[in-house]
Amino acid sequence: MYKSTLAQLSIALESKKISSEELTRLYIERCNKHNNSLNCFITITEEEALKKARQADKKRASGDYNLLTGIPIAQKDIFCTNGTRTTCGSKMLDNFVAPYDATLIKKMNDAGLIMLGKTNMDEFAMGSSNETSFYGPVKNPWDDCRVPGGSSGGSASAVAARLSPAATGTDTGGSIRQPSSFCGITGLKPTYGRVSRYGMVAFASSLDQGGPMTQTAEDAALIMNIIAGFDEHDSTSTEKPTDNYTEKLNNSIKGLKIGLPKQYFDESLDNNVAEVIENGLKELEKLGAKCVDVELPHTELSIPAYYVVAPAECSSNLSRYDGVRFGHRCKEPKDLSDLYCRSRQEGFGKEVKRRIMTGTYVLSAGYYDAYYIKAQKIRQIISNDFQNVFKNVDIIAGPTTTGVAFKLNEKLNDPISMYLSDLYTVSVNLAGLPAISVPSGFINKLPVGMQLIGNYFQESLLMNVAHQYQKVTDWHQKIPQAYE
Amino acid sequence: MNKSMEWETVIGLEIHAQLATKSKIFSGASTIYGAKPNTQACAVDLGLPGVLPVINEQAILMAIKFGLAIGAEIPERSVFARKNYFYPDLPKGYQISQFELPIVSNGFIEILTENKKNKLIKITRAHLEEDAGKSNHDQFNGYTGIDLNRAGNPLLEIVSEPDMNNAKEAISYLKKIHSLVRYLEICDGNMQEGSFRCDANVSVKPTQQKELGTRTEIKNLNSFKFIEAAINHEVERQINLIESGEIVIQETRLYDANKNETRSMRSKEEANDYRYFPDPDLLPVLITEETKKTVRELIPELPDAKRMRYQNELGLSEYDSDNLTANPDIANYFETTIKITNGNAKMCANWIMGDLSASLNKENMNLKNSPVTAKMLGDMINLIKDKTISGKIAKIVFEAMWNKEGEAISIIESKDLKQVTDLSEIENLIDGIIAENTLQVEQYKNCPADKKRKFISFFIGQIMKKSKGKANPIQVNELLKEKLNS
Repeated sequence: MYKSTLAQLSIALESKKISSEELTRLYIERCNKHNNSLNCFITITEEEALKKARQADKKRASGDYNLLTGIPIAQKDIFCTNGTRTTCGSKMLDNFVAPYDATLIKKMNDAGLIMLGKTNMDEFAMGSSNETSFYGPVKNPWDDCRVPGGSSGGSASAVAARLSPAATGTDTGGSIRQPSSFCGITGLKPTYGRVSRYGMVAFASSLDQGGPMTQTAEDAALIMNIIAGFDEHDSTSTEKPTDNYTEKLNNSIKGLKIGLPKQYFDESLDNNVAEVIENGLKELEKLGAKCVDVELPHTELSIPAYYVVAPAECSSNLSRYDGVRFGHRCKEPKDLSDLYCRSRQEGFGKEVKRRIMTGTYVLSAGYYDAYYIKAQKIRQIISNDFQNVFKNVDIIAGPTTTGVAFKLNEKLNDPISMYLSDLYTVSVNLAGLPAISVPSGFINKLPVGMQLIGNYFQESLLMNVAHQYQKVTDWHQKIPQAYE
Repeated sequence: MNKSMEWETVIGLEIHAQLATKSKIFSGASTIYGAKPNTQACAVDLGLPGVLPVINEQAILMAIKFGLAIGAEIPERSVFARKNYFYPDLPKGYQISQFELPIVSNGFIEILTENKKNKLIKITRAHLEEDAGKSNHDQFNGYTGIDLNRAGNPLLEIVSEPDMNNAKEAISYLKKIHSLVRYLEICDGNMQEGSFRCDANVSVKPTQQKELGTRTEIKNLNSFKFIEAAINHEVERQINLIESGEIVIQETRLYDANKNETRSMRSKEEANDYRYFPDPDLLPVLITEETKKTVRELIPELPDAKRMRYQNELGLSEYDSDNLTANPDIANYFETTIKITNGNAKMCANWIMGDLSASLNKENMNLKNSPVTAKMLGDMINLIKDKTISGKIAKIVFEAMWNKEGEAISIIESKDLKQVTDLSEIENLIDGIIAENTLQVEQYKNCPADKKRKFISFFIGQIMKKSKGKANPIQVNELLKEKLNS
């Protein structure tokens, strides 16, 4: 049962093969058993989950339920949950319990999904390896010497090891797609503004976007049906009506035009990864898709632009952690300045401090035009590049990452090399586009993801293509042996 | 520096007007003043992790209204920016404000200078921003208390050009804006509660010098009186400094009303680099011609137009018109009484600026809670006009109304104050007085014409006393002269 997708669990519950309580207990047991080694949960909400599961069973018995009522799910610890602490992977918020639910959480609760716990993540979502978490690194279930990717590493690891049938993540520069690729699961980063950011602890407001991390594209669509949509609490969420995301999954992709950016297949790309992606593309061609070469000429500028814009916003967003109202406060501050300095010095980790300092620098008088304004201009150019490409193709395809999951500590002290591993993902955030990472093969028993990028609000098409691909491949069904 | 040098003062003002919205500028929390500390601060105002601001449309409309009323440009697109600095009563570590693209720019108003000349004061910009909370440094021994009720209140910061040349002009400008925002119903103008505050940028320079002198910014000014005193004090301080060979340092100074002095708060070197950048949580504000048109239609008759109308159409003096139009509550009150009394402007004005405003001042009340409403006063004035009571008796009636004894007509009846206009009754009164004062009557008849007036006054006094003030004085006057001269 633990190998089941959301779609399968929905049927199992509907046909009363299992109760929500039994199902929840099954996953809680798996969590308890494996969390010590994987460290993918910061908090496991066992009691609350079982209580909710019993309520779900009653609801199902009474006929008042939804498709996913009673199915457990893991939530990234970046989403505020009323009554359950929200740490964002930081010592700063170790003691923080939000008095409200994030919109995404509320929608999932309303849909009857049951939270198993809060998943580990890079501190304030800043990292690509989950090693910056105050709660220690998460292990990749495919090889426990390796990172699961980040920042949504806990969610990716939990779904890959089937400690949870699905999870949520957030993606600012690749934080859903890269760990999905490293852990062999499906991860969708929706169009900026498609899913409410209200209650999602902000890292870089103009880039952050929450989305599903699942076994299959079909499951991603099931979750998108719940979480997508306008939210009056988020001014940047769009009023554009949502799709029925499951409706088009089975559409034929015959005649689909796929653009392959030259810049995604150059010397930065690992040869083995390139081969996996080429095989994946062949499968899509067999389904009737047509691949054409395209140009995204400013791809290499995306990393520097991203590492100006994201830290700038982060430096401002993280100013509220000052030890005054909530979060970590240093002991016995001798004055106001001491309270600020020590609370922040003690509460934040190295990478967060690095980005706050970078961000403060690029926004400061005399540097603003040279860095921030220039980065915004590059951002516009990158968006334009994508729009030019989308004039001729339906989607863009390529690798999600330059290589497979790297080893723990391998890049921890080399931030630039860590940043560069986001090469294929960050430009999507800069442009605000939707993209999905789909398991497409293995290199030395380590999963590789293929990234499909769509034009604005083309989530349905992306999941349709991914679903058709998953119907003819089984990479997404592979489970690491230790967790079988 | 030459001591006999003539100095010119240059003043620019930044006004913070709290917009009269029901809820805060970026959250649904109430803006009502005076609640218990931290009871009117929701998750958004507290800057909790994950919360997001949502603009209050009313605040936008109010800012547009102000912009249109001062003939300013309202750009199609205006942008909110973050002003970053750390302070315990600033929950997010940044204030959401506007920087490069404010909602209002390049407006102006006209003020009257001391020598009664019109002077144009340019308004550089007016932008929307959120207020911070309040720090209380005195009440908690060794600690600072933070009250975030005010955090997120909508402010319109109105920035003038340095167009004013003395404290009087600054006050004139301030009063003009103060009156305007209340007419537009976008700010209650309450200075004690901090709904209308002002910072002044002050510098001095030798009259013939073109470049401006080094300015200081005086903060913490919350009454017209203090603002005037603070500016005058600061001007004197700066002139003294320069004349004694020192220089003015660009800095922020705090005004201490108790000591009537300004003292240094922080110098330019210590000033923050606010690291402004567009707030990514808020979309640019787009304002259409349609919206502007709708808002323009909501603008009422403004004080300047009203003042001219009072003088030209109602025949009031400049003094009366100024007084009646300074505050929209008074103007509305006045116009209601005029309607009721069918246009007796001068009489209405006299009562409002006389007995009514004296009573209000005495009890430190404002028109909104006056026990005598415009309707009550108007009705009373009608009773004077139709001679039911005399102007003198009306003062008694007014006082009774003030003391909540009822409306004019019922007070007149219950106190039996109706004017005696019956000729035979008045004749009886006069006859009685003549009979009682034969000696005076004799003296009247024999004295030279220029002394007779004294006796007339005496007789009228006696008659009015006997009638308890109710006899119609005009009738008494006529009939008495008739009788004495017969």
